[in-house]
Amino acid sequence: MTKIAIASGKGGTGKTTLAVNLAALFREQGRRVVFADCDVEEPNAHLFLDVTWSQEQPATLFTPHIDENTCLGEECGECVRLCAFKALILMAGEVMVFPELCHGCTLCVKACPHDAVSEAGRELGIVRRGAASNMDMLGGLMRVGEAMATPLIRAVKDAAEATAAGGSTDPITIWDCPPGTACPVIEALSDADYVLLACEPTPFGLHDLKLAVGLVRELGLPHGAVINRDGMGDDRVKQYLTEENIPLLAAIPHSLEAARACSEGKLLMEVSDELRGVFSELAHALIGEAGKEASS
Amino acid sequence: MKQMVIVSGKGGTGKTSVTAALASLGPDKVLADCDVDAADLHLVLTPQVSQEHEFWSGQVASIDPELCTACGECHQGCVYKAIAEPASDSQDQAYSVLTEHCEGCGLCAYVCPSGAAIMNDRKSGRWFVSETRFGSMVHAELFLGEENSGKLVTQVRTISQELAETQGRGLVLVDGPPGIGCPVIASLTGADLALVVAEPTISARHDLERVIGLTQHFRIPAMAVINKFDVNPDQARSIEAFCREHDVPLAGRLPYDPGFTRAQTKGQAITEYDPRGLGKEAAKVWAAVEKYL
Repeated sequence: MTKIAIASGKGGTGKTTLAVNLAALFREQGRRVVFADCDVEEPNAHLFLDVTWSQEQPATLFTPHIDENTCLGEECGECVRLCAFKALILMAGEVMVFPELCHGCTLCVKACPHDAVSEAGRELGIVRRGAASNMDMLGGLMRVGEAMATPLIRAVKDAAEATAAGGSTDPITIWDCPPGTACPVIEALSDADYVLLACEPTPFGLHDLKLAVGLVRELGLPHGAVINRDGMGDDRVKQYLTEENIPLLAAIPHSLEAARACSEGKLLMEVSDELRGVFSELAHALIGEAGKEASS
Repeated sequence: MKQMVIVSGKGGTGKTSVTAALASLGPDKVLADCDVDAADLHLVLTPQVSQEHEFWSGQVASIDPELCTACGECHQGCVYKAIAEPASDSQDQAYSVLTEHCEGCGLCAYVCPSGAAIMNDRKSGRWFVSETRFGSMVHAELFLGEENSGKLVTQVRTISQELAETQGRGLVLVDGPPGIGCPVIASLTGADLALVVAEPTISARHDLERVIGLTQHFRIPAMAVINKFDVNPDQARSIEAFCREHDVPLAGRLPYDPGFTRAQTKGQAITEYDPRGLGKEAAKVWAAVEKYL
């Protein structure tokens, strides 16, 4: 299985655009595709791929429930002392839980000498499964008000891996990742065979691309770049990629026509023969690069 | 003193360009860049750093290979899969910590029978107080792949509020991160107004609905500004209708204009690059926001 993560430091540089067009193109070529939308805060891929969700499952994170009858409260206080996230506190002599602060580590369960801690669970959101034009589609939708995306991303990736392993042929798995360089991105990128960085030829785009490159290097992940909206800014992103020896797999020309098509949820490769050509070459280059990495 | 936060849900809709434009309008304010893991506002405001501080938050585990007996208790217990098994070809049979996955809960140190796993304080970023041509600015840098972006955001906001108090400024203008998770919640908490920057696209509309859901969840008043409204006027109208239905007043519209990118390339706010065109449009947004505040 080839797992391709599509990422960027800056938001709005075209991650989802690349992901959905590549997925659709791989399907056209007769390859099996599993698509995982790992942006659980603001997922967008389904808007472009005409997805029918067939299953939605709540995803929960472990949070503690304290059995008042067995808990000794301030006489013991071991769980309160150990909780690194201050999700457990002593109030009026009793242990109180703040589930929204809990990171689900389960240390309190292990540490309680009286077996007074069991699992309650906080709803993080849902993991959904479906199909879109003959590809398996997985995604997550974080509950509005929930702060922690990381465990939900993990759940989406686990579901994608199970789906990928379930089929008869080995698929290409595409992960559409969230923006940024913090912990949700780490979770989304880990174990990728290849990372495709979507970048924008602007000062903001260049600055955040450097951060993203720093991150994939730190994680030791093979990577290449695509310049989106090529021509809208300057050449500094291209120069940087050359200086840093990062393969530039494609440049998608900037046009208002493309921007309009995207704004309506259309696939870019269906806008013009030129754009279809760009994506075909990108798909070809990507398979080559990812294959090279897999065999090395 | 009021606090206004620029958010969007979707990334790349123009939060930072709008923030820089609003920074240049009206009386001096304190500026805060709360997009701590991909901060860009400094590229336009070229801050002169006057203070730099380390940001220590939470902990990270480490395992002493000399003491590790390779019992595997830590590996088994870690829900974050942050403990790597000993490499099969390696001489010393010790487990090790994958720091990028470690959330600092301390479970490994608790279960370790040989005292090999210990917890250490974690330096996860830096924060700065700077001067810009539009007023003082508080900004930060979260180290790559770090946890606790929300806590660093909270730190930036606390310092910017204190600074505004000291300087007698009436407004803290906050450039927020994309998404609806931890750093966004930290950016919005206690704010007086959220200004949502939307694009007339199907993605931005979807994301706007979720971020407005978030502002309503935390009972923070919101206004919207539609950037590049003329790229898809139908989508723009549908977003406006959504905002009306949800009591989110429209602060203004900005046209699609290559001037946005050119201003960025020159390190200028759009109000500086094109004071008569885009600058006037931005001034209307500022007027609407100022009236609300």
